[in-house]
Amino acid sequence: MRDVAVIGIGMNEKWGELWEKSFRTIFVEAALNAIDDAKIDKIDAMYIGCMSGGLFVGQEHIGSLLADYLGTGPIPATRIESACASGGLAFRQAFIDVASGMSDIVLAGGVEKMLDVDGGATTYALSTAADQEYECFHGITFPGLYAMIANAHMHKYGTTRKQLAQVAVKNHKNGSMNPRNQFPFETDIDSVINSVMIADPLTIMDCSPVTDGAAAVILCPLDLAKEKFKDHPVIQVIGSGHATDSIALHSRKDLTWLSAVELSGKNTYKMADKNPSDIDVCEVHDCFTIAEICATEALGFFEPGKGGMAVQDDVTAIEGKIPINTSGGLKSKGHPVGATGIAQILEITEQLRGDSGKRQVKDAKIGMTQNMGGSGGSSVCHILEVK
Amino acid sequence: MGITARNWREYPQRYRMEAAKCNKCGKIFFPPRLVCNECGNREFEQVKLAGEGKLKTFTVIRVAPSNFIDEQPYAVGIVELTDGVSTLMQITDCDPDELSIGMRVKIEFRKVQTEGDAGILMYGYKAVPLRE
Repeated sequence: MRDVAVIGIGMNEKWGELWEKSFRTIFVEAALNAIDDAKIDKIDAMYIGCMSGGLFVGQEHIGSLLADYLGTGPIPATRIESACASGGLAFRQAFIDVASGMSDIVLAGGVEKMLDVDGGATTYALSTAADQEYECFHGITFPGLYAMIANAHMHKYGTTRKQLAQVAVKNHKNGSMNPRNQFPFETDIDSVINSVMIADPLTIMDCSPVTDGAAAVILCPLDLAKEKFKDHPVIQVIGSGHATDSIALHSRKDLTWLSAVELSGKNTYKMADKNPSDIDVCEVHDCFTIAEICATEALGFFEPGKGGMAVQDDVTAIEGKIPINTSGGLKSKGHPVGATGIAQILEITEQLRGDSGKRQVKDAKIGMTQNMGGSGGSSVCHILEVK
Repeated sequence: MGITARNWREYPQRYRMEAAKCNKCGKIFFPPRLVCNECGNREFEQVKLAGEGKLKTFTVIRVAPSNFIDEQPYAVGIVELTDGVSTLMQITDCDPDELSIGMRVKIEFRKVQTEGDAGILMYGYKAVPLRE
């Protein structure tokens, strides 16, 4: 297997309600930014994470459409779907393609145009990531599934309502320094707790938003990166892991434990020959505040049940021992589901390059990403290191 | 037509809570499966799930999917039945404030939703708190 590097990153100037731009336009915009950042003149293959082009914009056959509009020529272009982990999985497939020797310059992208349909249709499209016949049939929603995880976590470990809110407060504080974000503003604990209740105990400020957005990164063999692409520090992908679990929450033995996150994390640490304590900065899948707490426990940063206390004690702040979601996370950045996993790679690459401005984690050398599908039915992790 | 067949196909589970018990390791699957994910066995015995259990977790849905908007707010939980099988269902005939994790519930046959423009009534199981 060849060593692989990330040589280019790009996203839209801003994520959010991009009324004036189409599905294909937001993707091409992000992809061109990545191509310009890498200074490449050709792409050998591309992988696009997109959860539900069919339900959000009535568009399937996305690989070919986007390759055409990006002007790549008739290259192999593959759409990857694993619900909200589609972007992370597209990156992993691009990594495998380069590592295997099949392709040299590969684009990994993600795109979702979620605001062309009304709220009910959005809720329905997202709910297709859960078990249609045995979860959705009974009227459950995604906030509802994570609310049930939150209640189980609070019951088992004593995690508090305030600790959940502190995840949102921290991520919005980080996000206030990231102008690309959909909601780059700060908030406070009372505002989170007192906002509109969606599914007890989660309010709207515990939930990531609905977003139009795209992101793209360029990968190539490490040797080629060192030889030809010297404008940026070389960022190597040193670990990749992917795992699945039952998509029905009720089929899991422990409702507070994300096994797919744990396993994808372990496989990634093993490949990278690193431990949780080696990670300087990490982007996790905070689709809901409780998700960040569970993910940081499953990745081994904290003991089971201690994730809430870690947020309370500022351990996960930018200045903390393990900064989590320096970008602002899904919470502040927005969550165009297929694009999220790629935007996580973008944030970590920027951090390792030292280009994160006010959000910069001091001396960040090793960074990690964790991207999750559904209520934890799939998870993809990566570890990147500056060489 | 699709939704009718799709609902009808699930009648044994939605109406009668029919499950499949692995002949080899005894694990019960709801809904039935073709292969046991514990031991790989493909032979099953049909069993009916227990009619009682306890709440493992729950929430109150305040913002519902479009086909449940008339019902909101309503409680949904994961019930662990006395035979060890856990599954998700609505919790009905209750004030959401009286619900707690560990609470005992019984299973009842109820209307779950009215589907689409044709208004197809879809029935299934719901949990009702057991009051001592």
